[in-house]
Amino acid sequence: MRITEKDVLYVADLANLELTDQERQRMVKDLDSILTYIDTLNGLNTDNVTPMAQISASASEKTPWREDSLRPSLPHKEAMANAPATDGDFFKVPKVIER
Amino acid sequence: MDLNNLTIAATRSAIADRKISASQLVQDFYGKIEAEDGEIHAFLTLSKERAENQAAKVDALLNQGAPLPRLAGVPVAIKDVMCTRGLRTTAGSKILEKFIPPYDCTAVARLEAEGAIILGKLNCDEFAMGSSNENSAYGPVHNPVDKTRVPGGSSGGSAAAVAAGMAVATLGSDTGGSIRQPASFCGVVGLMPTYGRVSRYGLIAFASSLDHIGPLAHTAEDAAIMLSVIAGHDPMDSTSANVPVPDYVSEMKKPVRGMKLGIPKEYFGEGLDAEVRSGVEAAIQQLASQGAEIIPISLPHTSYAVPTYYVIATAEASANLARFDGVRYGYRSQKSQSLAQMYRNSRDEGFGAEVKRRIMLGTYALSSGYYDAYYLKAQKVRTLLARDFEQAFQKVDAIVTPTAPTAAFKIGEKSDDPLAMYLADIYTVTADLVGIPGISVPCGQTKTGLPIGLQILGKHFDEGTVLRVAQAVEQL
Repeated sequence: MRITEKDVLYVADLANLELTDQERQRMVKDLDSILTYIDTLNGLNTDNVTPMAQISASASEKTPWREDSLRPSLPHKEAMANAPATDGDFFKVPKVIER
Repeated sequence: MDLNNLTIAATRSAIADRKISASQLVQDFYGKIEAEDGEIHAFLTLSKERAENQAAKVDALLNQGAPLPRLAGVPVAIKDVMCTRGLRTTAGSKILEKFIPPYDCTAVARLEAEGAIILGKLNCDEFAMGSSNENSAYGPVHNPVDKTRVPGGSSGGSAAAVAAGMAVATLGSDTGGSIRQPASFCGVVGLMPTYGRVSRYGLIAFASSLDHIGPLAHTAEDAAIMLSVIAGHDPMDSTSANVPVPDYVSEMKKPVRGMKLGIPKEYFGEGLDAEVRSGVEAAIQQLASQGAEIIPISLPHTSYAVPTYYVIATAEASANLARFDGVRYGYRSQKSQSLAQMYRNSRDEGFGAEVKRRIMLGTYALSSGYYDAYYLKAQKVRTLLARDFEQAFQKVDAIVTPTAPTAAFKIGEKSDDPLAMYLADIYTVTADLVGIPGISVPCGQTKTGLPIGLQILGKHFDEGTVLRVAQAVEQL
């Protein structure tokens, strides 16, 4: 096994995921088998290949910039409507700073 | 009125000729959904009030003698990854169980502007991650052709609703095959347009360099009509292309005589079910007898597409899904004392197993020390895959392959083996990686009556050619 429980804990921390013990053990096994499959890419020489960072065909002319102009934004009340907790003006979260 | 196999043209003329009112048609469709969707579970939310209001508008237009728009009174339904103002949108996830979007997805707004009636929102794999619809937090969709089997995924509800006659056409999304593979499994037509052809404004993001919106329908003509309505530049999506939208219906009706169709040997190798192979090969023979020139080709990097896809798609997903933090919208865990713990618990309780697996894989591939080995490597292979197609399209007008290696599999058959599930997309992922259009069209059945799908891939922005070959296959 190349993936250990320690790796899974480290990555879960980066991804802000709290995994249960059971989920963690399953994740070790699943990531290990998927990464082993992904390793088949190493059989391919890509030394002089440019990475594809842009998928749009001839991006510059076909996906023009829009004017940077003022336009109406979502009303405050509507933007807040789906929040799990607000005080009416702001999103409420658990206390961040102890005093 | 028989709602099964009802086309857009038939619906529109029935309303224009006053054989049925739009309002009555909506009631008939809801009657069918109530009678049949209990066993299929294609719909997650019905939008009766919105549908009735829209139908009343269409009926009023008709009574005034005003010209009817292109989709006047046509009942459609929308995969639940597209935002609909005031109408719950879940992405098949518990984390968005109560999410009510404050705006409409552009594709949805364009359908309604042409008189289409939105019946409701369709079940799908959570955040469109899956190939069987078993990853929905709201339970699986059953294939209308055989209810013990999956409808495919992730747009399983979109394919099943059309197949069962519960909507005339639907919208789905395709990131690695999620329109074409379920279309194949349910025996309907599913079209993934070129990257940039259809605005993604209002589509809940999975992998931004791979996500596409497209139609599922009974016929290639209906797919062409739907695409004509939803395609075109949208200033709200910076990746939407400013390319004129042709008349896809007249493009589609041209004959295939003299066309050059490429058959890539890599799509007919090991792993392809024998019955699927013979169904697709028989259709290719028929295309040849209609005067198309059949040309054997090679797309040499094909076997690298699925591993490339699972690096790029999961890396992008890990970034896109970072927004679900229990603060601005979505589910919040109630059992946390600190902010950091609230993020972690909300995400753990809100996301399902496959979504967490992909976030973990994507985070790993982007993490310090692994970025070059995985993400950069995959981006380079993506370039090689694009070159395969550039070279092929110098010799051929379109490429014909099976859509999926097998017909629909049983519910539960692959749900415990993520890698086996990923291979269900082996013939579809490459088009997403390269940004070219693809369609799945039915071409016969297996001995047990399961639909077989044939895939046609075309050049960038050449949906007309793809639809033309699809129409020819349909008429065999």
